[in-house]
Amino acid sequence: MTNGGSLLPIIALLPFLGALVPGLMIRAGRNACATFTAVPTIAALAMLGVLTPDVMAGEVLKAEIEWLPQLGLSASFFLDGLGLLFAFMILGVGLLITLYARFYLSGDDPMGQFYTYLLLFQGAMLGIVISDNILLLLIFWELTSLSSFLLIGYWKHLPEGRQGARMALAVTGSGGLAMIAGMLILGNIVGSYNLTDILAAGDVIRASDWYLPALILILLGAFTKSAQFPFHFWLPHAMAAPTPVSAYLHSATMVKAGVFLMARMWPALAGTDAWFYIVSITGLITMVLGALIALFKDDLKALLAFSTVSHLGLLTMLLGFGTEKAAIAAVFHIINHLTFKAALFMTAGIVDHETHTRDIKRLGGLAKFMPITALIGTVAALSMAGIPLFNGFLSKELMLEEAAHTAWYQNDWIVPALATLGALLSVAYSLRFIFHVFAGPARDDYPAHPHDPPFGMYAAPALLCVLVVAIGVLPGLAYPMVKVAAQAVTGQELNFYLKIWHGVTPALIMSIIAVVGGALLLGLHRPLARAWNAAPRPEAKAIFDALISALVRLSRGVTDGLHNGAISRYLAIFVVSTVGLVYVAFSGGTLSPPTREMLPVPPVVAVGYVLLIASALLVVLNHHNRFRALVLIGVIGLMISAGFVYLSAPDLALTQISVETVTIMLLLLALHFLPKTTPRESSVGLRLRDGVIAVAAGAGVAALAMVFLLRDFDPISDYHLANSYEGGGGTNVVNVILVDFRGYDTFGEIIVLGIAGLTIFALMEALLSGPAARRLRNTDYSRDRSRDRHPLMMVVATRAMLPIAVMVGVYIFLRGHNQPGGGFVAGLVISIALLMQYMASGFGWTQTRQRLEYHTMIGWGVLIAALTGVGAWLGGAPFLTSIYGYIKLPLIEKFGLGSAFAFDLGVFLTVLGAVMLMLYSLSRIARYAGETVNVEPMDYDPSGKRELKKPEGE
Amino acid sequence: MSHWIIAPVVLPAILAPIIAFVMRYDISLARTASFAGTIALAAICFGLTVAAAGGETVSYELGNWPAPFGIVLVLDRLSAVMLLLTSVLALVVLVHAVATGWDARGRHFHALFQFQLMGIFGAFLTGDAFNLFVFFEVLLIASYGMMIHGGGKVRLQAGLQYVVMNLAGSTLFLFALGTLYAATGTLNIADLAQRVQGLPVEDAALVRAAAMMLMIVFAIKAALFPVQFWLPATYSNAPAPVAALFAIMTKVGAYAIIRVHTVVFGPDVPVLSGVVGDWLMPVALVTVAIGAVGVLGASRLMPLLSFSVIGSMGTMMVAVAAFTPATTAAALYYMVHSTLSAAALFLLADLVLARRNGDRLRAQLPTVQNGLFAALFFAGAIGMAGMPPLSGFLGKLLILDAMQATPQMTAAFVAILLGSLLTIVGFARAGSVLFWKSTGLAPAEPAPNPDDGEPQELADAPAPAGVMSVAPTVAALALLGGLAIFAGPVSAYLGAAADQLYDSSGYISAVMGQGTEG
Repeated sequence: MTNGGSLLPIIALLPFLGALVPGLMIRAGRNACATFTAVPTIAALAMLGVLTPDVMAGEVLKAEIEWLPQLGLSASFFLDGLGLLFAFMILGVGLLITLYARFYLSGDDPMGQFYTYLLLFQGAMLGIVISDNILLLLIFWELTSLSSFLLIGYWKHLPEGRQGARMALAVTGSGGLAMIAGMLILGNIVGSYNLTDILAAGDVIRASDWYLPALILILLGAFTKSAQFPFHFWLPHAMAAPTPVSAYLHSATMVKAGVFLMARMWPALAGTDAWFYIVSITGLITMVLGALIALFKDDLKALLAFSTVSHLGLLTMLLGFGTEKAAIAAVFHIINHLTFKAALFMTAGIVDHETHTRDIKRLGGLAKFMPITALIGTVAALSMAGIPLFNGFLSKELMLEEAAHTAWYQNDWIVPALATLGALLSVAYSLRFIFHVFAGPARDDYPAHPHDPPFGMYAAPALLCVLVVAIGVLPGLAYPMVKVAAQAVTGQELNFYLKIWHGVTPALIMSIIAVVGGALLLGLHRPLARAWNAAPRPEAKAIFDALISALVRLSRGVTDGLHNGAISRYLAIFVVSTVGLVYVAFSGGTLSPPTREMLPVPPVVAVGYVLLIASALLVVLNHHNRFRALVLIGVIGLMISAGFVYLSAPDLALTQISVETVTIMLLLLALHFLPKTTPRESSVGLRLRDGVIAVAAGAGVAALAMVFLLRDFDPISDYHLANSYEGGGGTNVVNVILVDFRGYDTFGEIIVLGIAGLTIFALMEALLSGPAARRLRNTDYSRDRSRDRHPLMMVVATRAMLPIAVMVGVYIFLRGHNQPGGGFVAGLVISIALLMQYMASGFGWTQTRQRLEYHTMIGWGVLIAALTGVGAWLGGAPFLTSIYGYIKLPLIEKFGLGSAFAFDLGVFLTVLGAVMLMLYSLSRIARYAGETVNVEPMDYDPSGKRELKKPEGE
Repeated sequence: MSHWIIAPVVLPAILAPIIAFVMRYDISLARTASFAGTIALAAICFGLTVAAAGGETVSYELGNWPAPFGIVLVLDRLSAVMLLLTSVLALVVLVHAVATGWDARGRHFHALFQFQLMGIFGAFLTGDAFNLFVFFEVLLIASYGMMIHGGGKVRLQAGLQYVVMNLAGSTLFLFALGTLYAATGTLNIADLAQRVQGLPVEDAALVRAAAMMLMIVFAIKAALFPVQFWLPATYSNAPAPVAALFAIMTKVGAYAIIRVHTVVFGPDVPVLSGVVGDWLMPVALVTVAIGAVGVLGASRLMPLLSFSVIGSMGTMMVAVAAFTPATTAAALYYMVHSTLSAAALFLLADLVLARRNGDRLRAQLPTVQNGLFAALFFAGAIGMAGMPPLSGFLGKLLILDAMQATPQMTAAFVAILLGSLLTIVGFARAGSVLFWKSTGLAPAEPAPNPDDGEPQELADAPAPAGVMSVAPTVAALALLGGLAIFAGPVSAYLGAAADQLYDSSGYISAVMGQGTEG
């Protein structure tokens, strides 16, 4: 096939699509579920089979789909010898595991979930090995971390499962993140994230300044994934997963991903001293340490786990050597390790499944009860030990051969010695697996009566054992695969032979030492184990847990310390940093000298200033007494209004006075329900601190204002002055700006007011339906109440004033476009009049006489303003374009009328409605607090004609 | 001139008062109107996004007054994307609010919702700095109303902090605008850009101060260190749909920084050297750390999610702070992602917490649909932590890749990757306790003591979440998936948006071109 590459995306996608199926098919039964899980795997295998001849012929198949070109990420795949080998391993073992798990999982386990996770994981692994883009590879890499998290934590009710899953995620996840950095740097060096380009650019990479950081970061990813020392500790804890998961993750897939990556990046990264020492030392330490720990583990799976660590170390070391022969040995051992280790894990699973224990101390003599299992286990373990005629022997010989002539820092005995030691330990624990589990006298105290499992369960490991022996006897069987994969690793044509007998070589001698020594060591196992267990050892899980919980405690401390919930602190930080940053920014630039003179201060103004400053100080001093503080705030507001008058801003003054009045009145009403004094909550030191901050901020703002008030600038406002009458139809520029030039701002602001009204209403409703309402009802406010709630004088006065006030309001509204005034002020003036009415005559009485509903008023206000704006569209003009003209009505003078008038009406209504809705909300609260509703305007009927009705509660 | 530009502001502005005063006694009516409006908004925003794709910056002069004397709206790719994102998010959130009945737990939800949208749209569209202030006010007051929707002591407390902090920000905004006007004599963004560029170096102090103040104002909205304090309590205590909608509110601050600090106070303006660039980057880096540490240390679910939002804002702002077209494009992609993933998580948290006793992270008996929630949480956490296959991973790769060309590369790499690690560990811990550990508790065991001081009260037997309740969460997650699959075209659009942004002459001529002679 010429276009074989096009199959690759399909192969990559198949497991993910397939993952959707088992979750559903479990409803059709466990067999159906397992079968449907196997389908995508078999399909992918079949496609792979189709592609195999091309790859074996040395072709590299490619497929590319554009994804995110801006980043250099494309969904491109390629298949060469190395990818093919791994793809076969992943899919083949995946299929065997599917079969095995069908029999292994019990009826209580959600099998659909299991198979879904398994396929997700399989897809992620497959993606790693056929990615032709390192960013795509990273995606699959992280996906393996995530899907293995689900698999390891599959028994989610067991703490070991959860903790093991989290540990694996944390360790491999952090390595993955390091690898992201490394890969990005690598891509930056080469100028492409395309793997083929990178592999071809090895010289450029090794010569780059960024080579070492990239190498270290990428190796961190590989080492964590492949459980290299000192990151090896997660792997044994991942054994809490169901055994099929362990067999899959730790023989063929997850942990091999790191090895795969090192093999894949070999042409790009290997060949330097850094690579040689980092990788081979790490590998060798891992190999020896893993084997040593494995020897003393009593848990079958733990033994296998550490043996896996050890073999991964072996592979890493070989890749670290950086020679072609070492690469060949590594590839060959990858195959061999897969076959015997998967079989061993499955055997351990069978033992566990049948005897209900994995503790070697409680086992032994199983050969009599489960001969088939014993046979499988023995064959596989002998291969692991590296006994001739089994495939493990062949690759171990190659490894020892390479180790025999590798020198570290001109020291040529340390590597062979340690490699031999590793092999020796490996023999010891392999033999222990055989002798302490299967051999020996039969016992009668197994937790369950052991017997061989059904065929379906041992079929998979048995098949693997056939491979173990077949390759062990006829290594030529594996030759083509090893060759094509090793060529892919090294990127060179390789010529070599795989054979059992190489003559008496150093490797053979080392091997013999290992076997004999291993057997001896096993003989001494009992006293050695006692010594081992008595010796203090760092417990990786305890360290990891302590580390994480220390980190969590630290984080919690930092977070809680920062976010302690005190708004005063947040504001202090905000103010201090603002003052500091603005000062830094300001002082980083220069300033031209002032262009304006200071104005003289007339005595009246000085009085105003003194009043302003004094009342501000008094507010600070008196704020504990809320009523007094409010009065003082009123003074400040009035002085500011006076300032506006003095500075010739009558519109602002009018607005300020009316806003001030309304706010103070509403606040007065609200104060009624609040404590009369503010408690002292902060220490003197704290208050001093806040005082300093406040003064600094105030001084900063004053200085800033001073700076710009002393300088002329060139504003755009001349245009407004010039165009106010001509374009806006009004001579009061302020009003024209408000309703026309910047009517859109006003539109926004009245909406703010409207929303405030609605929010206060909603807040009140929420309050009165919650516990606050109960507190209100139970609080006794009667002592605060005046006995003369509606004083006659006030009732009469406000009633007399109402028409006048309304008149003033209308006047202000109408004149607004040409004289100081406008809808906003008018709305406030009329609301003050109404507020007074409510305060004097009581809510109930006034309410019955007022027909307009406040929500409606706000609604109409906003709508009228909006529709006025929309109306302009009819004329083809933009939103809020004004029109105006002159109208002559009989009896009165000709006057100008514009759409701005309607807009201003909207403003007026919204302001009025919002203020009144706030008042209404306060009065609702008052009634909840036990305020009586009066029907009559006064408690006392001045006419004396009739008896007053008794006020009644709500 | 097309009036569609202003439709996203006018439509909710008209709809909201009608809902507030005509439909306020009938929730079904209000829902219908709200839905109709939101769907129409989404359609309009989509149309605007397509219209902006051509690359033309369109200016709309309100009141027909020429810039810079009146107010202008400006539509370019960046604003269009923000509009579309907001409207899609709004639709998702609205479905959730209605399906779970949140909207009926207090008054005026739908009116406030529409006003909220209006405020956000207005802020994204405006081409005027003072008008930006106005719309900040609109969205602030509306968000306050929505935040305290439904009431409750803790919520009101948090709401107070939220509004106080933001009012302090508004005050500073006014100071900044005053200073800026005093220094330049204008507040139109395009005009500002021109005048700031032409400013003599010896007169830079005022503009520098103003630029810094504006950055702090926007930083409050974007929840950057050291003004992020309001966020955790606000998001944790807001009604879930509101918290989900707030995912866009932090982006308003980010948007404002992107807009103002590129067009007006761009990195190449000499008088501003060292003002923003030097400070925004460290601030963003610390924000990443605060977020990540907060996620890891959280003992409750809602704060955990809130801190993850802070962390993602930090990540995004790292890219923004580099001020190059490539990093900005990456930041925009990440922003879209971060908005949707935060929304997904908050909506999911609502579904879970409605069936749990409090949000403390500890094992309780599994709720109904434990498996479903666990799966959704897993997906949401993947999104937020930036793991594949969802868009967060691509966003993070885009940012890191773009950061390689900047001097701050190492710091950015370390912060973002370590932050991701802590986030992953934090989410893994939380998810494992919430959804896994619970399955280990024997059903016969008496339920743990009710949480102390928890406002929520658990009904006897919480009902399973219906399809419509779960749909918005799933939709948000599906959008993340879509964002990943269509990363190419999306990123192309955003890259073009960033280029348009950095070529401020297009913006200036679009706004100022027609009216300078007036």
